[in-house]
Amino acid sequence: MSANSARPSPAAQPSGSAFILKKALISALVALVLFSLMIGVRTEAGPQGGLIYWTRFGDLAALVGAVFGGSIIVELLRQWWGPVDKDSIVPKPVQSAISFAGRWLAPALLVFAFLVPVIFYNQRYILDLSILVLTYVMLGWGLNVVVGLAGLLDLGYVAFYAVGAYSYALLATNFGLSFWVCLPLAGILAAFWGVLLGFPVLRLRGDYLAIVTLAFGEIIRLVIINWQSLTGGPNGVSGIPRPTMFGIPLTPGDDGLAARLGIEFSPTHRLVFLFYLILAMALLTNWVTIRLRRLPIGRAWEALREDEVACRALGINTTTTKLTAFATGAMFGGFAGAFFATRQGFISPESFTFQESALVLAIVVLGGMGSQLGVALAALAMIGGFELFRGFDQYRMLVFGIAMVLLMIWRPRGLIGHRAPTVFLERNQAISSDLVKEGHG
Amino acid sequence: MDYFAQQLINGLVLGSIYGLIAIGYTMVYGIVGMINFAHGDIFMIGGFIALISFLVLVSLGLTAIPLILLIVLLVSMAITALYGWTIERIAYRPLRHSFRLAPMLSAIGMSFVLTNFSQVSQGARVKPVPPIITGGYTLHEGAQGFAVQLSNIQIMVVLATIVVLALFTWLVSRTRLGRDMRACEQDQTMAALLGVDVDRTISMTFVIGAALAAVAGMMYLLYYGLVDFFMGFVAGIKAFTAAVLGGIGSLPGAMLGGLAIGLIETFWSAYFSVEYKDVAAFSILIVVLIFMPTGLLGRPEVEKV
Repeated sequence: MSANSARPSPAAQPSGSAFILKKALISALVALVLFSLMIGVRTEAGPQGGLIYWTRFGDLAALVGAVFGGSIIVELLRQWWGPVDKDSIVPKPVQSAISFAGRWLAPALLVFAFLVPVIFYNQRYILDLSILVLTYVMLGWGLNVVVGLAGLLDLGYVAFYAVGAYSYALLATNFGLSFWVCLPLAGILAAFWGVLLGFPVLRLRGDYLAIVTLAFGEIIRLVIINWQSLTGGPNGVSGIPRPTMFGIPLTPGDDGLAARLGIEFSPTHRLVFLFYLILAMALLTNWVTIRLRRLPIGRAWEALREDEVACRALGINTTTTKLTAFATGAMFGGFAGAFFATRQGFISPESFTFQESALVLAIVVLGGMGSQLGVALAALAMIGGFELFRGFDQYRMLVFGIAMVLLMIWRPRGLIGHRAPTVFLERNQAISSDLVKEGHG
Repeated sequence: MDYFAQQLINGLVLGSIYGLIAIGYTMVYGIVGMINFAHGDIFMIGGFIALISFLVLVSLGLTAIPLILLIVLLVSMAITALYGWTIERIAYRPLRHSFRLAPMLSAIGMSFVLTNFSQVSQGARVKPVPPIITGGYTLHEGAQGFAVQLSNIQIMVVLATIVVLALFTWLVSRTRLGRDMRACEQDQTMAALLGVDVDRTISMTFVIGAALAAVAGMMYLLYYGLVDFFMGFVAGIKAFTAAVLGGIGSLPGAMLGGLAIGLIETFWSAYFSVEYKDVAAFSILIVVLIFMPTGLLGRPEVEKV
C-alpha cells in the first residue's frame, strides 16, 4: 500500500505512558465537547407543545470516561499489535490448516444448510431466522454480480427487491396469478428496471454511479408511497397468497399437502417448504453466477472491474457488459423480492428503505466483494448480529454503522479478501527490453 | 404573477440553505475526491445543536434575541465543526490511500452512526420550536387578496448566507489556508513537497464544510421551526444534487446549484404536486448526470491511463 511510505516507522512513533495519557485526555476533551449538548441535554416536545429539556450530566460523564478509558486501551493495543497493515507471517501448519478449512467449509455449510429443517424442526424461531439469513444470502449473491464482479457500486439495490416484491404482490392479488407464474415475471420485470437504470448511468463511474443508484432507489420508494391507487401507498399490500408446492397448497384443508400425504397438518410444513424454496433459489443464484464467471461475459465483468479504459481498448463492449451486469443482479433481486412478498404475506414501502440497500451492500463488502463463500458467511454474521440486538432495537442501526466504519478501517477488502481475477498467466514471463522501449509496444 | 413572485422568494430561501450544505460536499470532493456521505447528517447535527443551545440560553435568562442568535450560531458552528473534524479523523483519514470504495462505505456507516446517535440521544420525535423571528413585509397586494410576503426570517436567511459566503470566499481566495486548499486540490503530493501540511489542510476542509452545514442547520431550524433526526438524509442528497448540478469541485457552482434546486423544488410543489417534489429533485440529479456530467460550472474530468 502506498500509505506505508507516508507513515512514520513504528520505532519513530512515541510511546510511553505520558504520550498515551495525553492522547486519551485529548480524546476525552473532544468527546466532552461533542457530547456536551447532544447527550448532556435531552429535549422533548412538552405537554403544551413547547419544548422542555432536562439534563443528563451523569450519562455525559460516563460516556466521556468511557472514551478516555477506551482510547487508552486502543493505544495500548496498537503498540502491542504493531502497525496495522504489516504482513504478519503465519506459520506453515496454521496456513495449511486454514486452507484445509477453507476447502471444506463450503461443502460443510451446504450440508448443514440442507439439514437445518431436520435438526431444528421444532424450533420455529431458528427456522424463521434461517429463512431470513438465506434471503440475505441470495440478495448478497445477486448484488455481488453488480458490485463484486462488475465493480459497479450500486446503492439502490433495494429498488429491484421492491420491484420484485410488488410485482408478485400486485399480480397475485389483482389477477390471481400463482407464485410460480409470478416468480419469473418478477425477475423479468426487475431485470427490465435494471436495464432502465443501467442506460442512463452507463457513462458514470464510481461515486457518481453510487449516488445515482441511490437516487433511483429513493425514487422507486417514493413512487410506491405516493401512487396510492396502485400500491396502497404507505399501507402496503396485504393478503398476498402463500406459495403452493407446485399447485398443492400447504393448508390444513382436504386438498392440502398434509391431507394428500396422509400425515397430520402442522404449520411448520410451510416453513420447511419456504426454507427449501429460498435455499434452492439462493443456490441457483450461486450456480448461475459461478457459471457466468466462466463465460466471456463474466470475464468481461471482471475486466471491467479492474480497468474500464483497458477493457474498452481491448474491444469489449462496455455498454452491454454493464447492462447485463445490472440486469442479472436486478433479476436475482426481483426473485428474492417475490419470495419476500410470499413469505411475509404483507409488504409496505417500509421494507424497502435505503438501510436495506446498505445492509446488503455491507454484506457484499464484508464478504470480500466477489467471494461467494464470503458473502454467505457475511450474511450469516450480519443477520445473526442483528438478532443479538433484537432487545435493543434503537441501538441496532447505531451499532451497525459503527461496525461498518470499523470494518472499513480494519479490513477494507472484507473478511475474505478475494479479488483475484479468475484467469491469469501461470508463470511470469520476461519481456525483452527492446520490446518495451519508449515509442514501442 | 403574485403567486409566482412568492414562490420565487420561497425558492431562493430554500436554495440558500441547500447551497450552504452543497459547498461542504463540493469542497471535500474537490480535495479528497470522495463523496462525504455523512455531510447531510452533519447538517442535521448542526440543527440539533442550534436547537439545544437556544433552549439552554433562553432558560438561562437571556432575552436579547440578536445576542442569543449570535451565540447560538457560534456555538453550533464550533461544535459541528468539531464533529466534522472528528469524523474525518476517525473514519476517513485511515482510508485515504485505500481502495476506491472504502471511504464511501465508511461514510455511509458514519451517516448511520450520526442519524442513530441523535435518535438515541434526543428521541425520535420531531422537535418543534416556536417562531423566534416574526414579522415581515408585504411587498405587493394582489387583486384577489393574495399578498406577496417577505418575512424577516427569509431576509435573515438570505443575508446570513451572503455574509457567510463572502467570508468563505475571502478565506479561500485570500488566506494562506485557502491557498493550501487550492494547492491540495490540484496535486497533493506536489503540495506536500512544497511545505503544505496536507493532513491539516484536509482536516480544515472538513471543519469549514461542517461549520457551513451548521449555519444551514440553524437557518433550517429558524425557517421551518423544527428539526428531526432523519432530516439529514434527504437534505443531504438534494444538496449533493445541487453540487453536481453546479459542477462538483466548483464553489460558486455549488451555490448556483443550490439555488437552482431550491427553485425547482419550490416551483414543482407549487405548480405540480407536493408529493413528488423529492422525486423531481432526484430525477434532476439523474438527468444532469446523463446530459451534463460536468455540471454548470465544472471542469471536465480527464482520465489518464
